[in-house]
Amino acid sequence: MNWTAILVTLKLATLTALILVLIGLPLAYWLAFSRWRWKFLVESVVALPLVLPPTVLGFYILVAIGPHSPLGQFYIDLVGHPLPFTFEGLLLASVLYSLPFAVQPFAAAFEQVDRRLIEASWTLGVSRPMTFFKLIVPFSAAGIITGAVLSFAHTLGEFGVVLMVGGNIEGVTRTVSIDIYDEVQALNYAGAAKTALFLLIVSYTVLLAVYAINRKVWAIWPQK
Amino acid sequence: MAAEVSVDITKNFPDRVTVRASFRMDLEPPSVLVLFGPSGSGKTTVLRCLAGLEWPDQGSIRFGSEIWVETGACIRRHPQQRQIGYMSQDYALFPTYSVAGNIAYGLGTLPEAERQQRIREVVELLQLQGTEASRPAELSGGQQQRVALARVLARRPRLLLLDEPLSALDLPTRSRLRGELRSLLKQLAIPSIVVTHDWEEALALGDRMVVLREGLVLQEGTPQQVFNRPQDAEVAKIVGMETVMPGRVIEVAHGLVTVEVEQRRLVAVGGDGIGAEVFVCIRAEDVLLEAASTGTTSARNQLTGTVREVIPMGALVRVEIDCGFVLSAIVTRSALEELRLSTGAFVVAAIKAGAVHLVPRRAGAGSFSA
Repeated sequence: MNWTAILVTLKLATLTALILVLIGLPLAYWLAFSRWRWKFLVESVVALPLVLPPTVLGFYILVAIGPHSPLGQFYIDLVGHPLPFTFEGLLLASVLYSLPFAVQPFAAAFEQVDRRLIEASWTLGVSRPMTFFKLIVPFSAAGIITGAVLSFAHTLGEFGVVLMVGGNIEGVTRTVSIDIYDEVQALNYAGAAKTALFLLIVSYTVLLAVYAINRKVWAIWPQK
Repeated sequence: MAAEVSVDITKNFPDRVTVRASFRMDLEPPSVLVLFGPSGSGKTTVLRCLAGLEWPDQGSIRFGSEIWVETGACIRRHPQQRQIGYMSQDYALFPTYSVAGNIAYGLGTLPEAERQQRIREVVELLQLQGTEASRPAELSGGQQQRVALARVLARRPRLLLLDEPLSALDLPTRSRLRGELRSLLKQLAIPSIVVTHDWEEALALGDRMVVLREGLVLQEGTPQQVFNRPQDAEVAKIVGMETVMPGRVIEVAHGLVTVEVEQRRLVAVGGDGIGAEVFVCIRAEDVLLEAASTGTTSARNQLTGTVREVIPMGALVRVEIDCGFVLSAIVTRSALEELRLSTGAFVVAAIKAGAVHLVPRRAGAGSFSA
């Protein structure tokens, strides 16, 4: 098993999930509570990575952050080296790629919070940010955990976007899924099988956690 | 400028009637204004605009010298900036917080000692001692209502906004709490606006009353004025109670009470004790008219009087009878002709004891001059 690839992947997935919690929560709050009539335009953009082929998404990100784009040029001026084929570039791509997996569960959970409780909080003089932390977050904790875990799991297995934006640099951007592909190309099926099994177990465990958190009634357990 | 709340707003809804409400309420002395109307009349919308939870499409809301909404100048004061006490129909208690937690929720900016002091105050005021650690779900409907009030009062609001404060309760609790709420509002002396569709609540709680229908203000006045002198047939239909007079219980026997109204005595079914100040309410269709007393009848009340006014209302006629107080009766045109009722005619009005409704009132309140 390629432990270097596994470490890179875990680091990437953890950071992606963290960043998505930070930017996904405000975005989901806006999506859940805004009454703006063109809101569906933003909703569609957020959902785009769900249907877009990863190579297409990867291609556009590559072009957007490449040294010939204003964004890429700005990054070079700031840091001194271009963004593509670095861990940071890969992280940016992963965040965009997993955005709907975090934002959609967040927004769905926020929409479930009783609107009347939120209004009661406002009329009791509690500001919108404080209402968010005191009332909305506790009531949508399961949705927030689900979004974070799903974006983590989704990042673990990404392939197309990584290949397009990150390339295949040992210890920097070579993730588990690419490692498996390399092993198969080299006809090293035993190595591929071990890494694949590892990914399968991690993904399954993570999904088990998600479904367990969201399970309201444990029907198979005897009642207290 | 006089200290008053003034509301003059228009709000459109895509699939409902447009609300176009305009009224004022004096802040000094503190009084209770009832927004009265059937469901869909826009009364809750008006209250939510006052709370800052909805924005009118046009118009203004002022509180004393403060402008809460002025669409022309794009002024919008958020609910947090209004220092109001808004209580929604279902109370919206925070289910995961204890009673004390619910009350403390809006007191976050106060120092700890002051916060505890405020909690103690309202717990005592609303008799919630012993329930501080309970969750809202463990409480009865009446207790939940009191917690919701306590939570709102702990912040010392400048204006109370109560949306159907008693409608979530079962009938016996409702009539008990109506009395409690009335004395509480009197004791608090906070300007209050109460939304209701229940005429008993309007009478018991309101110093003034605004009748709304399909988004429009139809009539404004003291509850007694509105009930006794509905501006038109529409208001009469909405309030559904034509004669409302202040009276006093003078005798209680065998489940029946005798009330004195303007020196006349009426028998009613009720549980009020001797001396209780009540509103005596009689529906016009419950009043039978006779040319002369037949002597024996099942109706416990027979009032002699003279016809004061005959008001045609389509197939029916409303007859106002002066029998010490003004009593309204609704009869058919043919009955009117048979009884030869015209202004000044002598008539006997018969009313069953069960048709005389008593609503407790504040002593001294609701004095009415025609």
